[in-house]
Amino acid sequence: MRLSDSFFTAIEGLKVNKGRSALTILGIVIGIAAVIGVMAVGQGAQSLVLQEIQGLGSNLIIITPGGSEQKEGRPSISMGVLSAKNLTLDDVEALSRKMNVPYAQEVMPVVMGSAIVTHEGQEKTANFIGSTSNLPQVHNRFTQEGRFFSDEEEKGMARVVVIGSKIKEQFFGEGNAIGERIKINRRSFEVIGVMEEQGVREMQDIDELIYVPISTAQKQLLGINYVNSIIVSVDSEEFIDQTISDIETTLRIRHNIPNSSNDDFTITTQKELSETIGIVTAIFTILLSCIAAISLLVGGIGIMNIMLVSVTERTKEIGLRKAVGARKKDILIQFLFESLLLTLIGGILGIIVGCLFSWGTSLVFKEILGSSWGFILPLNAVALGVGVSVIIGLGFGIYPAQKAAKLNPIEALRYE
Amino acid sequence: MKFRILETMMIEAYNLKKEYRNDSVVTVALDGVTFNIEAGEFVAIMGPSGSGKSTLMHIMCFLDRPTSGIYKFEGRSIDDLTDDELARIRNKRMGFVFQSYNLLPRTTVFENVRLPLIYSGLKKEIEDKMVREAVKQVGLSHRINFYPNQLSGGEQQRVAIARALVNNPSVIFADEPTGNLDSRSGNIVMALLQELNDKGHTIVLVTHEKYTSEHAKRIIRILDGKLVSDEKVINRLYAKNNKELIK
Repeated sequence: MRLSDSFFTAIEGLKVNKGRSALTILGIVIGIAAVIGVMAVGQGAQSLVLQEIQGLGSNLIIITPGGSEQKEGRPSISMGVLSAKNLTLDDVEALSRKMNVPYAQEVMPVVMGSAIVTHEGQEKTANFIGSTSNLPQVHNRFTQEGRFFSDEEEKGMARVVVIGSKIKEQFFGEGNAIGERIKINRRSFEVIGVMEEQGVREMQDIDELIYVPISTAQKQLLGINYVNSIIVSVDSEEFIDQTISDIETTLRIRHNIPNSSNDDFTITTQKELSETIGIVTAIFTILLSCIAAISLLVGGIGIMNIMLVSVTERTKEIGLRKAVGARKKDILIQFLFESLLLTLIGGILGIIVGCLFSWGTSLVFKEILGSSWGFILPLNAVALGVGVSVIIGLGFGIYPAQKAAKLNPIEALRYE
Repeated sequence: MKFRILETMMIEAYNLKKEYRNDSVVTVALDGVTFNIEAGEFVAIMGPSGSGKSTLMHIMCFLDRPTSGIYKFEGRSIDDLTDDELARIRNKRMGFVFQSYNLLPRTTVFENVRLPLIYSGLKKEIEDKMVREAVKQVGLSHRINFYPNQLSGGEQQRVAIARALVNNPSVIFADEPTGNLDSRSGNIVMALLQELNDKGHTIVLVTHEKYTSEHAKRIIRILDGKLVSDEKVINRLYAKNNKELIK
């Protein structure tokens, strides 16, 4: 039997009862669309998160105060960031020395806080970051107008500020901001730069941040002498492990720590963070896909059900075909082709619906969060969708097809 | 070199028995039937319903296997052939005409006649030619793209005959081909079968009507699974000459 004959015979078979075929296909469409949709959204969300983490700058090592092990159930990481005071600018100084940490490209201390910012009667509470002049290089955030503060300004505790693009818009609109003065906690600062628009990252609107020299932030805004974190950037990923151990050694000597279990600081890398988030989103995607797969299973049972009905209805046709020379194999192939066609049509429609769903979701995310993944056509999900529909067509079609192939032609011809 | 006996019988049946077992109840459908059919014959198998003539027909056309006895078609014993080989012989060497036509309702005359060919692995152009030739032989060329429900019963049966002869078979088995037809249509069908026989096709006709059977050259009578008579038709009827097939 020619393939084209099998194909047209299958089409004829499905046209016998169009409504029934359509409903059966719908079952598969829903199943495949659910799987594709979940996978596409999962992948999109994952890439969005990873993109944001990578957007923080590449090859970063983050040192936060406080040990990493939990003591008496107290999670020390988050508590440490807020309360521990044992990382200082002297540590930064030590880490900056090439003899201590040879592969460190930039070492950048960070303090964070919030302050009331005012300008010509307008008032706003804004988060500020106190840092050093190398922040643009470390975080890949640059100024679009003016300049970032210099080393001298940082060392000299200058009252200069670089503002996020939304702050600029709010206070100055379209007008010029450079050289203007704004008040931060009632102290006057000169605006020397405006940052590029960055969007939302980690649920924080980067464009609403303001940046001041760390010395200024510590002494004039916060009144502290420690830092919240130290970020070390490394030229190349291959030196990250070496650099981590150099940092540990340096800090242990400075803090008189005999062994790693007493560390009063925690080192995380961007890679670890990416991996952790990658794993978490992957697990969620898999779990949701499994749930979606159940609807696919139900669709497959629908196929089997309809094919069984079809075999019974067409007993006489099967008898005739066998009488005029169709072998068991020919009948088997004919009915397998039919179920395959049902699932393939369902699969292709399902892929389309699933992609539309994930595209729609990405638009909704964009609307809500202000940032989104660009629509990704998940090629592996498409391949999976087609593959799965073929498997379902064959898997659930084989039993009805075998039943048809095994029919006794005499009985089948007599059947009314 | 292959050595073939020219006098090979088309059909050889020796002491054919067929029993149906149903929960230890044994029904004997055929009880030792023996006969031969030569190439070119037109044989009617006659008997009342329940006589076993349908069972005999099913064995003869390789749709069923006997419980015991020997059945050979063109020298090949049914016992030596697998189901797929039987299917192949049915496809290449036999044609079938059924009482209820058994056309596929949603396909055209052309596609219905082509049905045996899709299982025989020929080139498309040859297939097309064979189908058109067969449809022409039954005089339905003008109906080739019609659907069965657009045709009369007689025309439908002629389509079935075209389907039976499309593969150029050596034997055409016709199971009560006039059973569902009015006498005029029945007459046309019988005329067709006689014409095919004249062209060299062997015809095996199963019927319970004496009148229909007299169109054959030879009548085998079956009763209660036994062969009761096997004789030549002396006053053969020619459907061509009749206006009506009177029952």
